[in-house]
Amino acid sequence: MRIAIVDESASRAAVIREGLAMLEDCEIFVVTERRGLVAQIGQIAPDIVLMDLGNPSRDVLEEYFAVSRVLGRPIAMFVDESDEEAIAASVDAGVSSYVVDGLAPRRIRPILDLAVRRFNAFARLQSDLAEAKGKLAEREVVDKAKRILMDSRGFTEPQAYSELRKTAMNQGKRIAEIAEAVVTAHQLMGGK
Amino acid sequence: MGSDASPGELTIGFLPLVDACLPILAREHGFAEAEGLSLRLVRDMSWATVLDRLLYGHSDAAHMVAPLAIATTLGRGRPAQPLSVPFVLGLNGNAVTMRPDLARAINPAGGLGDPAQVGAALKAHLAQTGKPLRFGVVHRYSSHNYMLRYWLAGCGVRPDVDVEITTVAPPFCADALEFGEVDAICVGEPWNSVAVERGAGEIVLVTAQIWRRGVEKVLALREPVMEERRAEVEALVRALRKAGEHFVDPANLDDNAAILARAEYLDGSATLIRRAISDRLLLAQGGEVLHYPDFMFQHREAANFPWVSQAEWLYSQMVRWDGMGFDASDARKAARVFRPDVYRSALLGTGEPLPGASSKVEGSLGGPTSVSMQQGVITLENNRFFDGRPFDPALLQRYIESQRLA
Repeated sequence: MRIAIVDESASRAAVIREGLAMLEDCEIFVVTERRGLVAQIGQIAPDIVLMDLGNPSRDVLEEYFAVSRVLGRPIAMFVDESDEEAIAASVDAGVSSYVVDGLAPRRIRPILDLAVRRFNAFARLQSDLAEAKGKLAEREVVDKAKRILMDSRGFTEPQAYSELRKTAMNQGKRIAEIAEAVVTAHQLMGGK
Repeated sequence: MGSDASPGELTIGFLPLVDACLPILAREHGFAEAEGLSLRLVRDMSWATVLDRLLYGHSDAAHMVAPLAIATTLGRGRPAQPLSVPFVLGLNGNAVTMRPDLARAINPAGGLGDPAQVGAALKAHLAQTGKPLRFGVVHRYSSHNYMLRYWLAGCGVRPDVDVEITTVAPPFCADALEFGEVDAICVGEPWNSVAVERGAGEIVLVTAQIWRRGVEKVLALREPVMEERRAEVEALVRALRKAGEHFVDPANLDDNAAILARAEYLDGSATLIRRAISDRLLLAQGGEVLHYPDFMFQHREAANFPWVSQAEWLYSQMVRWDGMGFDASDARKAARVFRPDVYRSALLGTGEPLPGASSKVEGSLGGPTSVSMQQGVITLENNRFFDGRPFDPALLQRYIESQRLA
């Protein structure tokens, strides 16, 4: 079976490809370029196309599939009416699938399930990364705020930190938010 | 998300186009809030995804190209799911932009061309060069596609034979012109202006010249969702009417352009957006900005009223270009997608004008005409098709047959 993964994010495409590589009898093609997309799909002649919902080329590809029906290779969005939930899960994960006419749902489902799992795994990876980045940025701003308090009020580092913490507790805010306010105020007052 | 939301919370899907303005402004100016609604707007990059989110409950309602709502109801391209349209988000607002050399060849005088003359010149050009041209539209089931085809066929240029019509995503229209993937595009704003600013294209026609009052985007919901959440849908209709009133007031242009330009909405140039929403167009690089008063039509003349006859015209074009036969049951389903009854019950007792009829002969008015009203007063103005042929929904089947012969 020939599977095309259409995704403008090369890293996500790689994660999905890796997941599908464990399937037997499947050849996997990755298309990340928008230009010449239709021609590339034509060359690959896939049995299944997996495409992320955020891809701006979905309408272009659907049009191509609709027209290719005339050419005798019908391909349509995979909608398994016997299992609405599975399709809803794939939309939730952000993946759409197009399948050549005549392919049995039982052959498609394992591939789709795997793709959904990989899409979800990628989304988790990204949110973990975003969280890690956010934490790093927070630590930087807290360090900056501490230095400002140490310079302007002669605090030691532990004193500066405890001042930030106390203010945060009093105002029901997070330390990073108070630190942010200190840094902003300092900049407004002409500090660096 | 979606249908699991608490009462008063509605999620609306949209594409970054200027005619997504009414839901955006209903939220931003508090018209939705005043009706007890809280709107969440979800931006996507393709109509396919806007539709998927609607069908699988990620959104409750969507900004949608009108023919797609009918195609979905009739099961074109995927299993049928009935959609309902209680409100038309606007009329027209699209343009035909051509590669500069093609624009000059078939419209040598410059400016907005006369549709019949430009069409005749295009036909002559095709005969002379012997090379078919490729036009891009934003979706197979879009008013852009149907208006463009109506114009071409009416000028003796055969779509799919003399001119290939292909789908190009709006954000890539300027690119597609620049790299020669297409010779012309029919797209909404700000994408024509982006192509013009880059020197990739020149605007030759606006779709309002092809059909002066052509239905464009609609507010679409799954029929069962509309029935279940009827009170909220009616509140949304009222909020959108208020947003329209604000949108067409010239005093609010700067404000509204700035809101629409924001990163979470159109993420584009406020200058280009302001130009489009004030019905102004720069036709060619280095030229003057032209004011074409009915370029976009979001409010006057009860523009948001979902005339059943508009849905039927779209069905007539779907039959024409999808090569399907007329089917009385399909025609009835298509007509039922537009729901003037919901629009009426939402606005009954407010100051909003409500037409007395739910259907009209489209394209029959050459000048200002008073129409009979259930409530309020409106004067409908010129609503003609460029070839002067009216569409009488009572003669739907005959209209479809006459187009087949043409």
